[in-house]
This record gives sequence, structure tokens and C-alpha cells, in this order.
Amino acid sequence: MSYEALCVTWFVLEGVLLTGYALLDGFDLGVGILHPFVPRTDLERRISMNSIGPLWDGNEVWLVTFGGALFAAFPEAYASVFSGFYTAFMLLLIALISRAVSMEFRSKMESAAWRRFWDWAFFGGSFTASLLFGVAVGNAMIGVALDDAGNFTGGVLNQLGPYPLLVGVMTVSLFAMHGGLFLYLKTDGEFQQRLREWMWRSWGLFMVTFMLTTIATVAFIPRATENFRRFPWAVVVVVGTVLAVANIPRCLYRDRPGLAFLSSGGVIAGLVALFGLALYPNLVTAAGDPLRSVTIFNAASSPKTLGIMLIIAAVGMPFVLTYSGVIYWTFRGKVKLGEHSY
Amino acid sequence: MDVVLLSRIQFAVSIGFHYIFPPLAIGLGVVLVWLEAGYLRTRDPIYETAARFWTKVFALNFAIGVATGIVMEFQFGTNWATYSRFVGDVFGSALAAEGIFAFFLESGFLAILVFGWDRVGPKMHFFATLMVSLGSIFSSVWIVVANSWQQTPAGHHVVPVLRNGVPLLKDGVPVLRAEIVDFWALVFNPSTVHRLVHVWIGAFLVGAFFVMSIAAWYLLKGRHREFARRSFDGGLALATVSALAMLVSGHRQADNVYRHQPAKLAAFEGHYRTGKATLNMFGVPDDATQTVKYGVGVPGGLGLLLHGDASAQVVGLDRFRPEDRPPVGISFQSYHVMVGLGFSFIGLTLFASFLRWRGTLYDTRWLLWLFVPAVLLPIVSNELGWVAAEVGRQPWIVHPKVTWTADGSDLVVGPAGHVVYDEREGLRTLDAASPNVTASQVLGSLIGFGLIYLALGAVWVFILDKKIKHGPDEEGPSAEGTGEGALEAAGLRAVHEGRLTGGDGTRG
Repeated sequence: MSYEALCVTWFVLEGVLLTGYALLDGFDLGVGILHPFVPRTDLERRISMNSIGPLWDGNEVWLVTFGGALFAAFPEAYASVFSGFYTAFMLLLIALISRAVSMEFRSKMESAAWRRFWDWAFFGGSFTASLLFGVAVGNAMIGVALDDAGNFTGGVLNQLGPYPLLVGVMTVSLFAMHGGLFLYLKTDGEFQQRLREWMWRSWGLFMVTFMLTTIATVAFIPRATENFRRFPWAVVVVVGTVLAVANIPRCLYRDRPGLAFLSSGGVIAGLVALFGLALYPNLVTAAGDPLRSVTIFNAASSPKTLGIMLIIAAVGMPFVLTYSGVIYWTFRGKVKLGEHSY
Repeated sequence: MDVVLLSRIQFAVSIGFHYIFPPLAIGLGVVLVWLEAGYLRTRDPIYETAARFWTKVFALNFAIGVATGIVMEFQFGTNWATYSRFVGDVFGSALAAEGIFAFFLESGFLAILVFGWDRVGPKMHFFATLMVSLGSIFSSVWIVVANSWQQTPAGHHVVPVLRNGVPLLKDGVPVLRAEIVDFWALVFNPSTVHRLVHVWIGAFLVGAFFVMSIAAWYLLKGRHREFARRSFDGGLALATVSALAMLVSGHRQADNVYRHQPAKLAAFEGHYRTGKATLNMFGVPDDATQTVKYGVGVPGGLGLLLHGDASAQVVGLDRFRPEDRPPVGISFQSYHVMVGLGFSFIGLTLFASFLRWRGTLYDTRWLLWLFVPAVLLPIVSNELGWVAAEVGRQPWIVHPKVTWTADGSDLVVGPAGHVVYDEREGLRTLDAASPNVTASQVLGSLIGFGLIYLALGAVWVFILDKKIKHGPDEEGPSAEGTGEGALEAAGLRAVHEGRLTGGDGTRG
């Protein structure tokens, strides 16, 4: 494989890892976002947490591996993004820590105040992480100020413009919808019925922010649509994503929640793919000066490393997918609380 | 304060807190595998009771380990961007391998280990436990490979970074980075195997002392006696073997450090002047006078350990320019306390094993009382080992090679009598931080992490204490029974239950 082909392959694989993360941890985060609003009793809150209890940890590994692979395949981009978005990453870490430990700690004590505290930590962590992911994507779309060596030169507040915040809100509503659908599949009775209105609300909010984002992107970020001229087939992704968005209310009307969940997964995968298409071949777009952009070609590791990592991925990923499938199968069906539950 | 110092402190705080948990996961993982294998072999329900109890403790530790571990991966990029650019090609692939081979494995199967008791049969459950344990061991492999490469780099070459086809310059000097030449030489760099064995034994000691601590407390309180005895027996066996093995591992480690990072070993031992070397047991190194104050040691002891000859010459700190020396005080004290604790483990476990053999261990209450807080000692010595390893590597974040003379008795030095490192081959910590991150940003995150980790640590201890006081969920006659009778009763109960549940066959 040529060096260029290796770089493109790793760009695609990073996209696959990011899609895996957004699909899987997306519903975990969504369950966290809905946590203060949908479940009403203590039992329902426990069901809410335990719906993702066995799964969130494995799902978060997709993010860890995405980060590790970015470090290995595109170290220049890893260094540029992580140091440039220092404060955002620190907030993200704190959010992910809160999310993780709140589940572990919440039900270990009977006290109502204790449980309320961790309920809010669970929500706060999930909400903040989702918002930050969206803000990060928004900033990547519009580009950031970089110096010659690919270091971010702006301040923290430059990263909180209206467009990144819009994408942030869209991400929160998308994950809330995805999590709501997941929770619908894992619950029954009155709790499940209550979820229906929240699925509609989150779908509505997502529709509005999705359209606003699309308009803003087409209107203000010419770079984002340039690649459609290079790759005309990419229109299929746009059509597929829109169809998947439209299919969700259709499935909800027909009472096919499983298909609705798959469709919201399709929306997530479609949006990550569109993000990748808008970015290519950049990893970090330099606002103003395209030559300073960190691209998949100038940020990549040596061909040797990319090749070794490809072997590692080819050997490891089939195992990961197989046993992940087995584990998801083991925990299929409605949530049942037991001795080891949160 | 400057960014590098703050970033160093933040790294030390976050890795120091995180590293309480991985050794517990590795050590307890081995214990869980052993218990579940015992259950599959004998179908004695006490094994299952024990495995279920330790699983709850394991899950709590694991969750905090995961939560604090992700900080480590991100921090290379956030605080040490220049370092990340230099090592990404080399270090990153080990990290990616860790994700794919280790993290997915342990985090995935953890679901079945913790939540799958009633969803899968005991064989599948055992398999899941084995995979979690293997996953935690694999993850130690890759992270130690990456860290060992920083200590004793191999299998790479250093080349200029190209940006759009042209060498990237910083202040007119080409920016460099390390690239892989030989993957296996990199994985098996000169210190990987020694350090990995050292880390594993350290983890086994933590796991074993953790089990013994809780078991000793139950024995003293007269609760869950049968469970506690078996747990203590298992823990003691593992701890005794590990403590003795650590002696061998530690010695070989020190040998290897001397060969590849002689400045580090000289700092460990407070050995300032090249020549005959004292093996100090205590002391306070004093940079001003180049001596170890209040030192108590064996003259020539270091030469004896390194060369088998008390009068042999050992290279000291005077072979290195002052700016190329690690901080001697921290290196010396962390190393010495670690070694001292290592010897105390040998004494403690051998004495307890002797009493166990004599049959009086479980009546020797003062010793059991000693074992309750003793779990802190291996945790402390694991932490100090890393402090010694990382501080001793300074001022380098990636340590360049040293060259020995043909007979191996001295280092090749420059005209001033000092080792001349190839600056291109290494990277100084001072040059490794992110260029665009400000001190106030790092101070903010450091305070944030500090507060969160304090709270997490407190809640962890609190819940752990609660779980321990609650104890294993025992039912039937085996709960408070003693000796053989209870075992028989437990066995009978198992048979009885098996008949009652009929077709199940997998459980009871």
C-alpha cells in the first residue's frame, strides 16, 4: 500500500472508531441526559442506570481507542487538538469521571440526598460530555487559528462561537433521542410510556437544530461542501441520513421502537460520515491560511507505523467485534435488577 | 509557577492516584480466576461465595481505575504536546495496541464478570473472569513497553519532521521525531522484560495483601471464618512467593538500570564519586558536599551487587554534568523506602507462613492486626517504585543512550570528564510541554483534579469499608461453621440443591 493510501485508510479507520463510539456511548450519554426527567421513582432511576450498567465501560473504550489511534496514526493532529482545546478536554475528563463514578456510587447508600447528588452528577457528566463533543465537531468544521507548527493560537472563548454551540445542542438532542429509544427497548409499563413524549421532544429539538446546522454549514462554511464535487457519490450519505431522520417518527407511529433505534444509529453514523467528508483531507483546519492546516498527509506517522497498526487492527478488531456481540447478546432484553446491579 | 512544573505535578498527581487501582485489578483478577477455577473443579459453594464477594470489590476498584485512566491518555496530548509529536510514531502504536488488545477485552468481559452471574453458566463466567484478568495483564504489557522505551529506547531512528514535503523548522533548527524501524526491538527494548516482571510482582503483592487485610479483619472479628481462612491462605501463598521473587527481580532491575541509565542508579544510591561504592541502607544525600549524610551502609556493597567484587569501580554522579543529573534526594529516598518495604514483605510473609505451617497463625492476633493496615505498604512501595523510575529518568523524558568503554568498567566521557549525551536522540522534559498551554490553565485543571481525586478517594474508602463490613453473602450452615464439618455440610447442601434444581446442572 502506498503511503497516501495508508493515510487515507487510517483516516477512514478513525472515522469507524468515532462512529462506534458515538453509536454506542451515544445512547449511554442519552440515558444520562434523560435521567433527571423521565424516571420518577428510585426504582426507575436504578433501572435507568442499570440499562447501560454493563455496557458503558466497553463503549467508552471506543473513545480511548480513537484517542490512542489518533496519537499513533496522526501524532501532529493529536498534539495540536489536545493542547489547543486544553480547557475543553479537562472539562470532558471531569464529565466522563462524574458519569462513571456516579453509577458506581449511587446505589451504595440508602440516603436520599446521597442518591440525588449522584443522579445529578450522572446527568451533569453525560450532558457536558455530549455538549463538548458537539462543540469540538463545530470548531473542527469552522477551523481554528493555527501557527506554522500546527499549534492553536486563539483563546478559550474563541472556541465557544455560535456555530460550535449550535452543533453542541444538536449533539445533546441527538444523544437524548438515541438514549430515549434505547431506554424504551430496555423498559416496560408506565416508565416506558412516559419515554414516548421525551422521544418526540428530543426528536423535535434535533430536527430544528439539525436544519439550522445544515443551513449554517451550507451558508457559511464553503469548505464543508467542496468535497461533494470531488466525490459525487457522497450525496448518497446525505440522502441516507435524511431518510434515517424521517424514518424515526414513522417507526414511532407504527410502534417499531427497534427500527427507530436502528434509524437513530443510522443518523449518527451518517453525521459522522458527513463530518469526515467535510473535513477530508484535513484533521485540523487552519482558519484563514489553508497551508497551515494539519492534514492526514502532513500529520501522519511513518508508513512503517501505519502498516504495523493496520496489522494490529486487522488482528484485533474481529475479536473485539465478536465478543462485543456476545456480550450485547448476553444482556439483551429488559433490565432486571439483581444482587450485583448498581 | 511555570507550565512545565505544573504539568509535572499534575501528571504525578493523576498517575499517582490512578496507579492505586491497576495493581489491585491485576492482583485481584488473579485471585478471582483462582477462586472460580476452584469452584469449577470442586463445586464447593464457598468458592462461589468468595468469588462473588471479591467481584463486588473488584468492580468498585475497576470503575475508579477506568475513570481515572482516561485522564492519562489525554494528558500526553493536552500537557505534553511536544513530547507527543516526538514519540507519537513509537509510543502511540503501543497505546493503540493496548486499546485494541487489552482495554476492549477487560472492559467488555467485565460486564459478564460483574453483571452476568445469573445470565451465564459458571464455565462462561469463568471464561469472562479469565479474559478480564488477561486484559488487565495485557494492558500492563503495552503501557510498560511504552514507558520502557522512554527509559531505554530501541528499534527506532530519529529523523527530521517534514511538513508538506519541507523540513519543519523551529527557531531555525529542524524539528525531530522518533520513528519505528524494528517493531519487535522496540517492544523488547533492553528494559521491558525486567520492568514488566517487576510491575507484575508488585501488582500480585498489592492484590495478595489486600485480600489478607480484609480476611485478617474477619478473622479478628470472628466473622466468615471459613471464607476468611481460605482467602488468607491463598493471599499468603501468593504474597510469600511474590515477595521472594521480588528480591530476584529487584536485583536484576538495578543491574539493568546501571547498564543503561547509570545516572539514575547513582542517584538511587547517592553515589556521587566514581570508584568503590557503599551500599547505603539509610541516609540523606547532600548535593552541596557530594556525600550521603547520616549514612548507614556496607562499604563496597554496591560494587559487590553489580560486579560481584566489593572493590570494583562503580560510575557515580560525577560522570554527568550537573544539568544532566536527576534530583538525587527524591530518587534516593523513594528507592530506599521501596527496597526497605520489599524486605519487610519478605520478613512478614515468611514469618506468617512459618506460623501457618505450625498451625498457630490464626491464633496469633497481634500478627493478624498487623496484616489489616499492612495493605497500605505494597501500595506505597508500588507508588514509590514509579516515583524512583520516573524521577530517576530526569532530566530526560526520553532518555538517550550511554556508551561504555570496551571493558565495561567506565563510561565513555568527553574532554571535561562528563558523559556527552546525543541531544538529538533524547528529549528533555523541559522541552516537552505544550507550547501554547498557559500556567493558569494547568493550575485550574490541577486544582480541579486534586479536589475531585480527594473526594473520589474518600468515597472509595468509605464504600469499600461498607462492603467489607457487610461481608460476603453466605447462606446455610457454612456461614459461621468451623472446620471440616462445615465443609461437609456445604458439600451436602450443594448436592442437595443440585438435585432440587434438577435440569439446571450448571449451578449448585
